[in-house]
Amino acid sequence: METSHFFPAARGGLPTADGYFGGFGGQFVPQALVAAVDQVAAEYERAKADPAFVARLEDLLVHYVGRPSALTEVPRFAAHAGGARVFLKREDLNHTGSHKVNNAIGQALLAQRMGKTRVIAETGAGSHGVATATACALMGLSCTVYMGETDMRRQAVNVARMELLGAEVVPVTSGSRTLKDAINETFRDWVARTEDTHYLFGTVAGPHPFPAMIRDFQRVIGVEARRQLLERTGRLPDAAIACVGGGSNAIGLFHAFLDDPVRLVGCEAAGHGVTSGEHAASLSAGEPGVLHGSRSYVLQDDEGQIREAWSISAGLDYPGVGPEHAHLHESGRAEYRPVTDDEAMRAFRLLAVTEGIVPAIESAHALAGTLQVGAELGPDAVLLVNLSGRGDKDLDTASVHFGLEAAR
Amino acid sequence: MTGNLRLLTDTLAAAKHAGRAALITYLPAGFPTVDDGIAAILATVDAGADVIEVGLPHSDPVLDGPVIQTADDIALRGGVRIADVLRTVREVHAATGKPVLVMSYWNPVSRYGVERFARELAEAGGAGCVLPDLPVSESGPWRRQAEAHGLATVFVVAPSSTDAHLAETAAAGSGFVYASALMGVTGARAAVDEAAAVLTARLRAVTDLPVCVGMGISDADQAAQVAGFADGVIVGSALVSTLLDTGDRAALARLTGELAAGVRA
Repeated sequence: METSHFFPAARGGLPTADGYFGGFGGQFVPQALVAAVDQVAAEYERAKADPAFVARLEDLLVHYVGRPSALTEVPRFAAHAGGARVFLKREDLNHTGSHKVNNAIGQALLAQRMGKTRVIAETGAGSHGVATATACALMGLSCTVYMGETDMRRQAVNVARMELLGAEVVPVTSGSRTLKDAINETFRDWVARTEDTHYLFGTVAGPHPFPAMIRDFQRVIGVEARRQLLERTGRLPDAAIACVGGGSNAIGLFHAFLDDPVRLVGCEAAGHGVTSGEHAASLSAGEPGVLHGSRSYVLQDDEGQIREAWSISAGLDYPGVGPEHAHLHESGRAEYRPVTDDEAMRAFRLLAVTEGIVPAIESAHALAGTLQVGAELGPDAVLLVNLSGRGDKDLDTASVHFGLEAAR
Repeated sequence: MTGNLRLLTDTLAAAKHAGRAALITYLPAGFPTVDDGIAAILATVDAGADVIEVGLPHSDPVLDGPVIQTADDIALRGGVRIADVLRTVREVHAATGKPVLVMSYWNPVSRYGVERFARELAEAGGAGCVLPDLPVSESGPWRRQAEAHGLATVFVVAPSSTDAHLAETAAAGSGFVYASALMGVTGARAAVDEAAAVLTARLRAVTDLPVCVGMGISDADQAAQVAGFADGVIVGSALVSTLLDTGDRAALARLTGELAAGVRA
């Protein structure tokens, strides 16, 4: 691995010192959390400049996570995508089964540097919870994960994994009992206990510095994929495609291509359709607002009450999105398209039967977007897709959706 | 029409002049209904509240414990709107002449329109806003409107705030500084944390604004204890909890009366 490649290029220098990407971002936290958030920001700046921290992180990414992750061409799947060449960035092959581990390892090391002994985290699908529980087990940190009761039911396998890893999983019964409410509850824990506790936030949302720091930890995805694709094909992709809930796997892929003539396509969860009112498409159908510490696009009513999101994918079931995505959306540098539950599940099954890879339902949204973009661009196109996670956790949901024997 | 920042300042000064702390009570608007909520607030004023905080219910009250979450939920499911919050302010102020603040998370104010919200709050006779998730660094747009409309900007500070933050926050605020008695979310506690007195003393060193202490205070003894060092005692969850448990305004008035006696002890 090349040194320091997970740290951001100087491009545009975003975010600004106060955490803004254009008109989005910032630090909307209670005064009680300002000191804690400032400590994270200051320690992260010191860590980035510390060769020992960088070396330890890279060592773990290589020898523990298994980076670089593979880049797999999927011709039988691509035959359904207008005949374009399709390459999958295999974050599903990371230890713990998703891209979430890249950030969890980075922040757990940071927590250690800050002398914190306890880590708390929210989780939706459980991928971030599992990654966090794993990093905490590795580093001897106490770990508490908040998870919506609804999500605990639909991702029971991941709950068991977290518990096996020594984490305490706390069911959240407020609001919609999904990711949004799990984040609320984790903030409530943190505000009462900043002294010994680090909030290991899972996506590129939240108050500054989380969106920038987590992007930096995920940036390795795009840096590796860009190099791998150049080696394999001698060219850049026509489009880089990823699913977007909070948006950490997408920003991790996109960032390496910001200065290239590459279309950046984010696939949002449209649930039952963006006109149905039951979706999680914050950029396609939301408006600017403040949620969980930053200004971005959110699903809300005309008086600023946050609406409940819906997606078959617990990991995308969130009424907000990271502020850098809001900025890329407004500037037009990236495009965001809605993908319904049904479209995602068709792509989920298609990848399984054509390539022998069972994706996470989150990642299946990117695959469905790939089928659309491939059809639009035709057979000369090269498409790079982030396969952000594997589908083991989704077998129950898929069995029910497809009426498989296992569900009977 | 200008807001009632001056009335708030005078009310706190009058309590101080009388040698006691002011009692500041919090109830969310629309809980359990808009009209019953107004009646409940009027009952607290009759029983001795000096300053009123009206909560603007929010879908995601990240600084509130289960009691206020439940009340907000009831209010929102009942369909409470910002117009109802403003009507609550208007009717309570008109009926009592007391200073009335709105406590709101930032997104509803931002979404409604900062200028519009400030103007309509001033027109309703409001005295200002408590904005618990708006740090000073993001508060410029609100403070410009608050100043233009004669409204207080009450910031909430916590034991974890650095001295520099305390000074910056106090300098940016008006009316009073809301000192959180503890690190955590709203809700009754068994005892007043000693951090409250320490934080109040630290604030005295950097500001002449009154310091009012809230979070976790639920009975007359705790109110009396806090009144020993603070200019105001803020009580919310204990009152909400009484209404949740009993639905009885007489019980609410009884508790308020005890608290009012506490701040005079």
